[in-house]
Amino acid sequence: MTRINRDQLVALAKSQITETTPQALSQRLRNGASPLVIDIREREEFEQGHVPGAVFIPRGFLELRIEQHAYDPTTPIVLYCAGGVRSALATRNLQEMGYSHVESLVGGFGGWRSAGLPVTVPRVMTAEQKVRYSRHVLLPDVGEEGQTKLLDAKVLLIGAGGLGSPAALYLAAAGVGTLGIVDFDVVDLSNLQRQILHSENWIGKPKVESAAARIKDLNPDVKVVAHREPITSANALQIIQDYDIVLNGSDNFPTRYLVNDACHFLRKPLVDASIFMFEGQVTVYHPGAPEEGIAQGPCYRCLYPDPPPPGEVPSCAEAGVLGVLPGIVGSIQAVEAIKLVLGKGEPLIGRLLTFDALEMSFRTLNIRRNPACPVCGDAPTLTELIDYEQFCGMPTRE
Amino acid sequence: MPTVLVPTPLRRLTANQAKVDVAGDTVDSLLRNLDAAYPGIGERLFDGDGQIKRFINVFVNEDEIRTLQGAETPVASGDRVSIVPAMAGGAHQP
Repeated sequence: MTRINRDQLVALAKSQITETTPQALSQRLRNGASPLVIDIREREEFEQGHVPGAVFIPRGFLELRIEQHAYDPTTPIVLYCAGGVRSALATRNLQEMGYSHVESLVGGFGGWRSAGLPVTVPRVMTAEQKVRYSRHVLLPDVGEEGQTKLLDAKVLLIGAGGLGSPAALYLAAAGVGTLGIVDFDVVDLSNLQRQILHSENWIGKPKVESAAARIKDLNPDVKVVAHREPITSANALQIIQDYDIVLNGSDNFPTRYLVNDACHFLRKPLVDASIFMFEGQVTVYHPGAPEEGIAQGPCYRCLYPDPPPPGEVPSCAEAGVLGVLPGIVGSIQAVEAIKLVLGKGEPLIGRLLTFDALEMSFRTLNIRRNPACPVCGDAPTLTELIDYEQFCGMPTRE
Repeated sequence: MPTVLVPTPLRRLTANQAKVDVAGDTVDSLLRNLDAAYPGIGERLFDGDGQIKRFINVFVNEDEIRTLQGAETPVASGDRVSIVPAMAGGAHQP
């Protein structure tokens, strides 16, 4: 074999590959014909700024990890490094693997930046965070990018009770950066059979404070925002507007309709669940996010246009509830919230998941948006929050 | 016969059975027959006008009957008809 030097190798590589310019790449990204853009530099370089939307796979791992991102060998791929040399060599390697539409960015990230094109500077995880979230980061569908999304996410929990407890614990453990908790209640001995956020020494004290202490203990990365007040028509929009996603674990119908309407008006996805004895229901009400490819789904009112008259549907306080049941159902809510943050998987939009612990069966029922829905239908008649106690046939709250 | 999947809040009316086989060729006739076999369940399902209450959803297999032919949706042997009421969970109603 003839010996060639580095310059000859680079020249040989460049003669065998296709290159693209920063301007051409930027144009393609703007047109939505998104090629898979891969940053093959070292971590320190990537962390100082990268092409928006680029996937980070350091050169040394490129061939080993490329299939996780581009299983189809005809996927359009653009590789870039700092100046266009490493990416030229890497492009040649991907061609050897059969990737037919891979290009190298001329001038690399330096060229991109000097062309005045936008740059993303990622949040940098601390050494401790890298360890704490390592099992997430290993997952191709999470990775550092997904973990960063979780750390930047703001999720609101309505209720720190049976459903809110497991949801709060798992979301906190997962590193959801901001967890808001709305609950005006205090911890009661009868809560401890299922509300695993709380413990005996918190009996008689506010649930939001007990929750905040427990979460801080579990993961100091999480900022807890305690809303120690009932959620009402007067404060719902103000509270919810600061969050990305809402998890409903409320225990009464007026709050369910209120939170549904407020989330729809503010275009926030609502991960809804309810439980009774041995049975649970979970679904995601989503106002639609075309930019993420998410179509509008039904809302709570599409499914249940009117509330039951007071007293017709027994409550858990009357009929009881298996303590583990909210553990399962609230954990499913946490999974759905995390999927929405990551933008991965199939969210439970337009599907009602029912769980029966006695049968140990899960069923998924199809639910549809009602075009005549007063809130999310084609010609909405309800465009602001109403008196929900009155709507549910109850005395108005003082 | 189709099978009716009874939700927890109504099981005390079906002698605690979660699944009941009932005759009927439409959702409406099936639910009327269910009421005949288990008296009391009808008034939990139908309002004064004989319509299915608006906080109760009925599914034939995986699909909600409003997206099919409503109460006239045909049912056949082997179909599973689920009654899914609104549940709020939690505390005492105020």
